Amino acid sequence: MNVLLNWIDARFPLLSTWKSHAAEYYVPKNLNFYYVFGILAFVVLVLQLLTGLWLTMFYTPTVTGAFSSIEYIMRDVSYGWLIRYVHTTGASAFFIVLYLHMFRGLLYGSYQKPRELVWLLGMLLFILLMAEAFFGYLLPWGQMSYWGAQVITSLFGAIPYVGDSLVTWLRGDFHVGSATLQRFFALHVIGIPLLLVVLVYLHVVALHKVGSNNPQGIDIHEHLDDAGKPLDGIPFHPYYTVKDFVAVLVFLMGFFAVVFFIPDMGGYFLEFSNFAPADPLVTPDHISPLWYMTPFYAMLRVVPDKLFGVIVMGGGIVTLLFMPWLDKSPVRSMHYKGVFSKYALAFFIISFFTLGYLGTVDITPIRQLVARICTVVYFSYFILMPFYSRYEAHQTPSSRIS
Amino acid sequence: MSRFVMCLLLILMCSLPALANVTLLPVRIEVRDRAALQRGAKFFMNYCSGCHSLKYLRYNRMAKDLGLTTDDGKVDKELLVSNLIFTRASMRDPIEISMPAVDARQWFGRVPPDLSLTARERGPAWLYTYLKSFYKDTKRPFGTNNLLMPDVAMPNVLAPLIGEVMAVEKTSRSVSSPQSPLDLVLVTPGEMSAPRFDSALQDLVTFLVYTAEPVKLVRFRIGVFVLLFLGLWLLVAYLLKKLYWQKLP
Repeated sequence: MNVLLNWIDARFPLLSTWKSHAAEYYVPKNLNFYYVFGILAFVVLVLQLLTGLWLTMFYTPTVTGAFSSIEYIMRDVSYGWLIRYVHTTGASAFFIVLYLHMFRGLLYGSYQKPRELVWLLGMLLFILLMAEAFFGYLLPWGQMSYWGAQVITSLFGAIPYVGDSLVTWLRGDFHVGSATLQRFFALHVIGIPLLLVVLVYLHVVALHKVGSNNPQGIDIHEHLDDAGKPLDGIPFHPYYTVKDFVAVLVFLMGFFAVVFFIPDMGGYFLEFSNFAPADPLVTPDHISPLWYMTPFYAMLRVVPDKLFGVIVMGGGIVTLLFMPWLDKSPVRSMHYKGVFSKYALAFFIISFFTLGYLGTVDITPIRQLVARICTVVYFSYFILMPFYSRYEAHQTPSSRIS
Repeated sequence: MSRFVMCLLLILMCSLPALANVTLLPVRIEVRDRAALQRGAKFFMNYCSGCHSLKYLRYNRMAKDLGLTTDDGKVDKELLVSNLIFTRASMRDPIEISMPAVDARQWFGRVPPDLSLTARERGPAWLYTYLKSFYKDTKRPFGTNNLLMPDVAMPNVLAPLIGEVMAVEKTSRSVSSPQSPLDLVLVTPGEMSAPRFDSALQDLVTFLVYTAEPVKLVRFRIGVFVLLFLGLWLLVAYLLKKLYWQKLP
């Protein structure tokens, strides 16, 4: 074994990589519950890639064959139903995990210097994942697949002058059709996944360069022992590998409970109207995207002007990219930030959830008003941040992790 | 294109009140009740399968899941063919209809929809309510109409069973369905008593819930074992974690 290891190590930086990224990669000793979602996102990514690979073996990306091939997978392929339910549940699980992962970032200021690039790469991953989910959602060729794609691609038509041509170019046809399905398939199974994998790698490389933040937002590299190791840090392996192992198992238990017992999650993970094949002549009574897009969809719906609506919706996502430069607070963690930051984050989360709910239901005048208020609250969180984070009274963090 | 999106939004805003004027009746579904599934299958083949296919379900899969098997666990061909296959299909074929699409369009205006997935799309309560919402309406081509889906193309094929149902205008709004302006009244009883008819519909809907997702019969069972397996690993992982973290100062 050692001979083989030495042989490889002479030709490939195996041991040094293992040491610098696991056995001697020092991580703050006080990481809490919120710090498992990165690993969980990775686990879900692997699950999605594997189940996606197997689904591709049986799926037919044609207008006439797509819907039937999904039912073929669900009924005639051995354990095809399991592979598909893992994939559909995985899509929603990915967003649950990512939203919590991002919330952790907001809570403990993980985007602040020197982790701006980690945050930016993560945000790019989030945007790519939304694209991946959107492309994937067309593939079953159900009613909601079709009309969802029809509505979302039509949004590009709001761009002045080039809009209509752009929509035709994106769809490859004048309406969502065979060309659209095939290009979405290509993007879903190879284009975006490749980018995702590369960006995940870069996200981790960038993180390991600067090290993990922690709930107190204290830099562990400021206090080193004689050997140059952080006093408040512990090696990632074995301490966090065993801890993450526990987290992964807890997560998988929840995940498979959904897969086996309630895979459609009452219409939230698999929309009921998507069990009818796409029919370009029949518009569904109610078109809404899956839950993970609904906060942004709600923002789109409450703006009366289409172009401005698209800008607001896009802005809701893009503003998150600027977090590292919007937060002017001298401290990272919410533990030490002032009362304004705490309330701002709380209102932001409430508005995000409310928008998410409102995006799933029909619009009524009162809901429209609530959605508008929530949209304003959502954006105020970002726009006012440079002011309240700079001027509010904050506590001084201790220099060591307690 | 902007007109298109505006139309969609308008439909979104207007559609709900128009549709929600019939309260869906609750129906208890026990998909593992084999006797109910068998009765439902019989009912479906006798009253529905002339027009509605179940094209994503094969006869032999259905027979196996419904327990139409011999002692050695194989599909009882004779039982299946003589009781549930009314076409020239083989056991391995999907459940299709023999009505030509051209004729269907001429007779009904459209090909009757495949019902493989309807229970997942509409839900059992919708199916149950729909089948109970037919009434006599001489203005319609087949002489029947439906409260839940007004002007539906489907005739009331269950009329001989339930009897003649008339819709009467409400004098006062009842508590059970405050928005509906019509009440259904059974005028002449049919071959079945009202409770028996309801029970037959319940069996039929149970069967349709099964056809929409045959794997429902096994996934619960497998799920329990998967969770137990993961639970055992969790125990090991937790003890391992505790062991390592104890070493920390």
